[in-house]
Amino acid sequence: MQAIGLETVGMTMRFGALAALDKVSVRIAPGTIHALLGENGAGKSTLVKCIMGFYHATEGGLLVDGKEARIADPVDAQRLGLGMVYQHFTLVPSLTGAENLVISRADAPPVIDWPAERTAIDRFLADLPFKPPLDRPVSRLSAGEKQKLEIVKQLYLGSRFLILDEPTSVLTPAEADEVLSHIRALCQSGRITVLLITHKFREVRRFADDVTVLRRGRHAGTGSVADLSDDRMAQMMMGDAPARPVLDRTGTHGAPVLELSGARAPSLSGPNGIAIDELCVRAGEIVGVAGISGNGQTELMEMLTRQRPLTAGRIAIKGRPFGATRAEAQALNVRYLPEEPLRNASAPHMSVAENLALRVFDTGPGGPILWLNRKAMIRDAQARIAAYDIKTASPHSPIATLSGGNVQRTVLARELDGDVDLLIVANPCFGLDFNAVAAIRGRLMAARNRGVAILLISEDLDEIFELADRIAVMSCGRLAFVAQAGATDVAEIGAYMAGRA
Amino acid sequence: MSGDLGLWAVPVAMLGGAIRVSTPFLFVSLGECLTERSGRINLGLEGTLTFGAMAGYALAFESGSAWVGVGAAAAAGAGFGAFHGWICRFKGVNDIAMGIALMLLGIGLAFFFGKPYIQPVAPDLPSIPFGFWSDVPQVQAALQVNVLFLVGVALAFGMAWMLRNTALGLRIRVVGDSTEAARAIGIAPDRVQLWATAAGGALAGVAGAYLSLYYPGSWNEGLSSGQGLMAVALVIFARWNPVLCLFAALLFGAAGALGPALQTVGFTSGYYLFFAAPYVLTLALLIFTSTPGNALDSAPGELSITK
Ligand SMILES: Nc1ncnc2c1ncn2[C@@H]1O[C@H](COP(=O)(O)OP(=O)(O)OP(=O)(O)O)[C@@H](O)[C@H]1O
Ligand SMILES: [Mg+2]
Repeated sequence: MQAIGLETVGMTMRFGALAALDKVSVRIAPGTIHALLGENGAGKSTLVKCIMGFYHATEGGLLVDGKEARIADPVDAQRLGLGMVYQHFTLVPSLTGAENLVISRADAPPVIDWPAERTAIDRFLADLPFKPPLDRPVSRLSAGEKQKLEIVKQLYLGSRFLILDEPTSVLTPAEADEVLSHIRALCQSGRITVLLITHKFREVRRFADDVTVLRRGRHAGTGSVADLSDDRMAQMMMGDAPARPVLDRTGTHGAPVLELSGARAPSLSGPNGIAIDELCVRAGEIVGVAGISGNGQTELMEMLTRQRPLTAGRIAIKGRPFGATRAEAQALNVRYLPEEPLRNASAPHMSVAENLALRVFDTGPGGPILWLNRKAMIRDAQARIAAYDIKTASPHSPIATLSGGNVQRTVLARELDGDVDLLIVANPCFGLDFNAVAAIRGRLMAARNRGVAILLISEDLDEIFELADRIAVMSCGRLAFVAQAGATDVAEIGAYMAGRA
Repeated sequence: MSGDLGLWAVPVAMLGGAIRVSTPFLFVSLGECLTERSGRINLGLEGTLTFGAMAGYALAFESGSAWVGVGAAAAAGAGFGAFHGWICRFKGVNDIAMGIALMLLGIGLAFFFGKPYIQPVAPDLPSIPFGFWSDVPQVQAALQVNVLFLVGVALAFGMAWMLRNTALGLRIRVVGDSTEAARAIGIAPDRVQLWATAAGGALAGVAGAYLSLYYPGSWNEGLSSGQGLMAVALVIFARWNPVLCLFAALLFGAAGALGPALQTVGFTSGYYLFFAAPYVLTLALLIFTSTPGNALDSAPGELSITK
């Protein structure tokens, strides 16, 4: 058996006063898929980063294959056969997929014979179910494509213990199943052991052998998946699991708020551009845009924020042409929540409080202000940190130190605040635990009921069906299908997503 | 028909001028390109170039060999580059501010040590007469190509190949794009940046030696006319691509040769305005080649000017 087992012993990690991990001991048997569950900020990423030598644990030890191991940095970990796919991507953006694969090998040859390397890579990919594009720079790949490339890279590097930090948040359910069943097959054949961080119970149930739950940095329970019910796992995560709020849909649709007509723009990949002939979102309505990642959703978002210039057509908000300047966005009450908010919607090295104030820092009660009101900023931040349950050491911590889910909450707290007429969101629940998912979907629905027009671009079909009044399907840069949510079903939408209908 | 080419003299003189004037641009911009590809920016190359010109001239004079001078200039340049690379690895050191300081230091040191070498005559670098087939003196003069230019052309293609096809080249690009990713795959960013900056400095030193040992071909304090600074703009214009650096350098060289070329055909009124052509060209190119949206797509991610 090539797969290796791993054990952490009393692992503790402190960031200043905050104990992100508190004496966590976990045993992962070789050749199994071990799920790691926990709320946002529970310390899951911190635990695996300590294993990989990215952080140095304050206390505690590590056994790899039964032997005590000292891991100073990720290179040591790789030498021991440990590999990890991080929650934030670590591919090199300007290098192509193939270049990323070859250069991350410790034995990359001094002079690279590309034709030979390509043949080798293609042969290696032949028995994997995913085929990430290899000739495009990674910066031009969609989140889903990057995720596949990250996993492929680890397998290519010959890792025998693979840590996956929320690998499926960017994949469609079908893609996720495909990826995970292949990984499961690799485990069963004894090639690899997997530590899988996820928020999706469905995946734990279908693919994992064992599960460990963390709560606020502490070990809250371990067991075989077969012996644990969903309710039991939820209870271990939350303490007492609160009832999931029911989303009521009230109110009627109003006037059109966002209108796109004949909008054209170049796409990130491929010669065919993006073409949206007609899209309208009315007040008090949620329009969901479904689609498999990489079908033009990123570009659509960029068109709406005017980061991607239109080659034809127009975008109007409340009948007025919209150029997405700060003044226009403020006057028309337009708010955004793009994907990868740490990169696209925050200033990573600025504090949580400053990031929360980005929309309003230069306005006071009586119009524009010249001097920042720090006290009010902190007070306001504290209120929103409490209201949105953001886990941060303090309002002064840089937002980049927050866990993935908490960055998401911070940006949402900023964007949903105050008067909003139009909200454009992409994958708002990417990487959130289910409590947070329920809370955020509740907030979106409440905003809709208040009369906000919401355009929801999401790769999660459940989310689309739960929230949307109307559903549009994006495929190959076009809106392939639009229907009232009540008049269609998952099978039909899925067929259009796959481009079959 | 020897001698009188009429207005044809202008393009012929510009061709020759382009090759002659572009060589220092080519070397500094290749040096800057390599440095920036590793994620550092070195604004001190103007100083490195001036010091290289002085050091090259001085050693060529003392030793009697122009090539010893070129070697000395490269070594001095590498020293400046390595110093820059070493100092920038410390937390809180800004590579732009440090570069400007080094530029002033280089120029100052060059003037200080260069005083005794303003008068003496050092040996010139050899050149190859590619114009032997023609009996027109202007053509012969234009095709008198210096060996360093040929080295520079080979270097441009070699560097482009290196960045695509060698592990070293990929490592430089990884470091330039994301030091975090570099660490994750076990590359020490500081080391790579140190060597890339040192190599970039060496190339700038060679550019200086070309100025003092070939064209114009003597050492004085007004020798460099901002080639080291314009290289920064040139690299951006060339989109961090060594082969495009070659073409950009030729373009700048041709623009620089415009003034003198017009002079040769007796165009005297206001011709000195044409001496400003390279600078005007720099501005114009940077403005017209920067389209919003995709302008800096190819910029290395760790570069402090684009971050
Ligand atoms: N470098 C750091 N500096 C300070 N605090 C940190 C740092 N990294 C993590 N933390 C804190 O440690 C806690 C645990 O974070 P971690 O990223 O491990 O959470 P997580 O369980 O992975 O959550 P998520 O599901 O949202 O990804 C969080 O409160 C976070 O703010
Ligand atoms: Mg995490």
